Amino acid sequence: MGQQPAQFLRDREETTLNKLIDLQHITKAYDSNIVLDDMSLYIRENEFLTLLGPSGCGKTTTLRIIGGFENPDRGQVIFDGTDITHWPPNKRQLNTVFQKYALFPHMNIGENIAFGLRIKNKPKIYIQDKIKYALKLVNLDGYEKRMPDSLSGGQQQRIAIARAIVNEPKVLLLDEPLGALDLKLRQDMQYELIRLKNELGITFIYVTHDQEEALTMSDTIVVMNQGYIQQIGTPERIYNEPENAFVADFIGDSNILDGIMIQDELVELFGARFACVDKGFGENKPVDVVIRPEDVELTPPGRGILQGVVSHIIFKGVHYEMEVTACGFEWLVQSTKMFPVGTQVGIFVDPFNIQIMNKPASEDEEAIGINE
Amino acid sequence: MNKKTLSFPYLFWAGAFIVIPLCMVFYYGITDKTGAFTLENIITIATQEHCKALLLSIELSLISTILCFLLAYPLAMILTGMEVNTHSFIVLIFILPMWMNFLLRTLAWQTLLEKTGVINSILGFLHLPALELINTPGAIVLGMVYNFLPFMVLPIYNALAKIDKNVINAARDLGANGIQTFLRITLPLSLPGIISGVTMVFIPALTTFVISTLLGGSKILLIGNVIEQEFTQTGNWHLGSGLSIVLMIFILINMILEAVFDQEGEGASL
Repeated sequence: MGQQPAQFLRDREETTLNKLIDLQHITKAYDSNIVLDDMSLYIRENEFLTLLGPSGCGKTTTLRIIGGFENPDRGQVIFDGTDITHWPPNKRQLNTVFQKYALFPHMNIGENIAFGLRIKNKPKIYIQDKIKYALKLVNLDGYEKRMPDSLSGGQQQRIAIARAIVNEPKVLLLDEPLGALDLKLRQDMQYELIRLKNELGITFIYVTHDQEEALTMSDTIVVMNQGYIQQIGTPERIYNEPENAFVADFIGDSNILDGIMIQDELVELFGARFACVDKGFGENKPVDVVIRPEDVELTPPGRGILQGVVSHIIFKGVHYEMEVTACGFEWLVQSTKMFPVGTQVGIFVDPFNIQIMNKPASEDEEAIGINE
Repeated sequence: MNKKTLSFPYLFWAGAFIVIPLCMVFYYGITDKTGAFTLENIITIATQEHCKALLLSIELSLISTILCFLLAYPLAMILTGMEVNTHSFIVLIFILPMWMNFLLRTLAWQTLLEKTGVINSILGFLHLPALELINTPGAIVLGMVYNFLPFMVLPIYNALAKIDKNVINAARDLGANGIQTFLRITLPLSLPGIISGVTMVFIPALTTFVISTLLGGSKILLIGNVIEQEFTQTGNWHLGSGLSIVLMIFILINMILEAVFDQEGEGASL
C-alpha cells in the first residue's frame, strides 16, 4: 500500500489551518488485544470530523482517549498545543454526548443542563439564561421541569447535546449519538446537528458505523478498521476514490474484482481489457478493481466489453438495482433503465470510473494501516 | 386454572400463620386477664424499666445500622468496580458465614469475648490487662454488625451496580471531580439501596433478643428481651403483646420511610 497515502494526506495538509487536537502515535491494547496501533491523527479547528468503521475498529476507543476516559498505552494527546494525555476528563475543554444519552435520572431537565455550570459555580441568573438558550437551540423550550424518563429517545439525545454545549466546549465529542433512534428521526437529527455545528462554530468529532451518516454530515471522514486508519478525506474523496478494497466495500455498494494491471491505463478483468486512468502499478501486477454499481453501464448484447445475463432485478424508486451474471461474477448494477430478468446485456465501464488499488499481500495484511 | 386459584396455598399460609397470629397479638395486647378492653399493656411502655429497654434498643440498633452502613458502602463500591469473576468470589466470601447457623456464629463470638475467652487469653499471654468485653453494649453492637452486615452490603451493591457507567463518565465530563461526582450522582442514585439496607439491618437489630442474651448476659435488657421474658418466664401474654404492638409501630414507621424512598425494590433481590 505504501505509495498513495502521501497523496491523500497532502490533500488535507494543504488546507490545514490549526491543529486543535493532535493524536501522536497512540497505541492502546486491552490485555493482548490491540485496539489502536500507533495511530496518528489531527483534528482542525471548526472541523466536523467523523471516525467511521465497523464495530471493534477502534473508533470509540479513540474518542474515549480524547475525552479522557481511557489512557493510551503509548502516544500523546495534544490539545491546542498542550499535552493533555493524562489529564482527567473534568480538566479538559471538551464535552461528550454519549451513545445512550446518559442523562442524570434523578434530576430534571433543567438540573441536567445546569450540572456543568453549577459545578463551575456560575451565577444563578447566568445559569437560567443558559438553560433557556440551550433548550431553544435544541427546540425543546419549556422542558425544564420534565424528568428524563418522560422524554422520547430523540428528545433525550437533544437534551444530552444541550447539557454538553452550555459549557461552551471547544470540541464536542459525539459517540454514535443517533444509534438508538429510528430512521426518520435519525435523518432529522443529522440536519439538526449540522445546523448546531454551524451556529456554535465549534469542532465536532463524531463516531459512527453508519456510512450514510458520515457522508451526510462530515467535513472529513476517517475510515478505520482493526485499529488502523484506512483513509482520511472529504466525503466526496472517500466515496469516489476509495484507497483500498476495505474502504470501497465499507462506503456504499461496490463491485470489488480481481484484476491484472497489464500496463499503465490498462487493466484486465475476466480476460477482457478495460481502459482506465490509473498508472504506476507496474506491469502484469494483480490488483483490486472497484467499480461502483451506478458506474456500470448496460448496453445491448454484442456491444460493451463483457457479455452477461440479468439474473435479478429490484425497483428502488429512483433507480433499478440489478444483478448481472458475467464471467461467473455477479455484478451489482444500478440504472434508471430497466432490463428484465434473462435479458442478454453487454457491460461497459467508463475508464474514469474504474478504481485500481494494490492488493494486500496476504489476508492478515488486509487490515494493516496506511498511516505507517 | 386461573391465577387466583394458584395463589390459594399462599393465601391459606398467610391467613393461618400471619393474619391470625397478628390478630391474636392485637387481641392480647388490648385486653387484660379477664378479657376486658384495656390500654394498660401498651401504656406500660412508659414505665422507666420498659422505656429504658426500648431506648437502649433503638440506640444500639441505630449505632449498629450506622456502623454497617459505613462498612458496607465502601465495600459495595469496591465490588462494583471489580471484574465479574473477582467480585463473585468476594461476595461469596461475604455470604459464606450466612450459611452457618446464626446461633452458632453468635456463640463463637461469646467464646472469643469471654472473660477467659480467646481474646483475653492472648492479652494475658502478652502480659496485658484483661478487657471487659462480654456483657457490654459494645459486644451487642459487635454481634449485630457481624450478623447483619451482609443485609446492608447486598442492596447497596445492587443499587450501585445498576448505575450506568456513562452517567458517572458524563458527570466527570461536565467538570465534576471525583468527590463532586460521588456526592451529586453516585450517592443520590444509590439511595434506594441505602434505604433498603438500613431497613433490613435496623428492624432485626431492634427486635433481636438472641444477640443481647448471648453477648449481653442478663445485665443488659433490650426491648426484645423484655418481650421474650413476658412470654416465656412471667407468662403474661397480655403485657408481652402490648409491648410487641409498640415495637411494631416503630417498625411500621420505618417501613413507611422505605416505601417512600425505595420504589425499585432493591431489597427484593435478596
